[in-house]
Amino acid sequence: MRTASAILRKDLLVELRTLETIPSMWLLAVITYVIFHFGLNQDTVKGQLAAGVLTVTLLFAAMLAVNRLFVAEREQGGFDAFLLAPVDRTAMLYAKAGALFIFMVALELVAVPAFALLLDPPCLGHSLPALLLILLLADVAFAVIGTFVSAIAVHTRARDLIGPIIGLPLLLPALIATARGIGPLLVNGSSGSPSAKWLAVLALYDLINALLAIGLFDFLLEE
Amino acid sequence: MSIHVRHLRGLTIATAVTVTAALILVFFYAPLDAEQGFVQKIFYIHVPLAIVSLVGYCLGGAFGLMYLRTGKRVWDMRSYCAIHMSLIFSIGGIVAGSIWAKASWGHWWVWSEPTLVSYLIVILLFCTYQPLRFSIEDPERQARYAAVFAVVCGAFVPINFIVVRLSAEYVHPRVLNLEGGNLPGPMKLTFYLSLLGIALLFATLMKYEMAAKEMRIETRRLRRKLLGDDAVRPLGRTASPS
Repeated sequence: MRTASAILRKDLLVELRTLETIPSMWLLAVITYVIFHFGLNQDTVKGQLAAGVLTVTLLFAAMLAVNRLFVAEREQGGFDAFLLAPVDRTAMLYAKAGALFIFMVALELVAVPAFALLLDPPCLGHSLPALLLILLLADVAFAVIGTFVSAIAVHTRARDLIGPIIGLPLLLPALIATARGIGPLLVNGSSGSPSAKWLAVLALYDLINALLAIGLFDFLLEE
Repeated sequence: MSIHVRHLRGLTIATAVTVTAALILVFFYAPLDAEQGFVQKIFYIHVPLAIVSLVGYCLGGAFGLMYLRTGKRVWDMRSYCAIHMSLIFSIGGIVAGSIWAKASWGHWWVWSEPTLVSYLIVILLFCTYQPLRFSIEDPERQARYAAVFAVVCGAFVPINFIVVRLSAEYVHPRVLNLEGGNLPGPMKLTFYLSLLGIALLFATLMKYEMAAKEMRIETRRLRRKLLGDDAVRPLGRTASPS
């Protein structure tokens, strides 16, 4: 755990100093809303449409962070140094998944208000706690699967290409649950409470993938 | 014959006999469906193809796990061949399913049908298996990463089906369920024989692919021994174990 927190601190410090990933994610999210506005030709979105717009936007922005996640380690020899150190290799998974989770939360701090401002979905204030709960569970899925996919993709030749094409299908169940869970929250007169079914699906999907990633991550770091 | 492929001739004969028998039953024994008529017979091809390919994907994952546990290259080859064959079978399955859907529901593609949609997602996921392998140069790393990917995707198959099913009400007829399905006797017999035939076909084709790969590796090894290392050009990048 100490190793994991050291790597996590390093990643956050690098991000704070360079401001490379998170501002790009913010920008991409806002631009995607603008594109949706013109693509759908609607000033406001509601219901399942709003949920779809939000989910897809978060997914696009998340892909940026997923692609960048291990690049510094690969290019500057961080992997070799980590493998030389007598530490548990799964610490890398915990640290990177933690960093990705924090990136996603930081993204949503801007993306959700921008969503409210630009596309004005109904009932957002009333349903906000439920929405945030679903988004947090979705962030765990993004963090776990994103780290796993990124660790595979970073050692391939076409890493920016391989990451998204294996990441998207793997994330699909989580995206279905997120979109379906958010949809009923963003209609007029919504109850404001999330559906237990989709929360359970998200939580279970997070859990299964986390276990798989913990079990298999060692094999991705061997030299 | 190669070391890891045995009983190939017996298996081939059994497959030919079973598939022929299943086709005879499909066309001359199984009764015409009261509502859908002749086109319903594609069901005897489509459903076994789908079931066998899904089992094949899970097998690919299980073989991948065996590779990670033992480190023997033959498990990587099994995993690769299982997923490769499953991809071919599932393309056949989804095309046959599409034809059936057009005939019985009036559309080539039906989004409200979770079995179809989750099947498509699984195919899309496994379609990335070969591009992934292809973009890793080092053979040992290629095998390891592909095995890890196969294990995760093998576990993904059942989860994905559950999630997609939750998201829609289904219209697909359930063929295999805990109550034993709702098929009348002759149809059931035909269906199970078709399923057996397609499963045997899968096993046979997979073994042939493995035999061919092992033969190629062995030939290269012998050529290198006889003619020296320089005489055998190194293989270019390849997505398959070699």
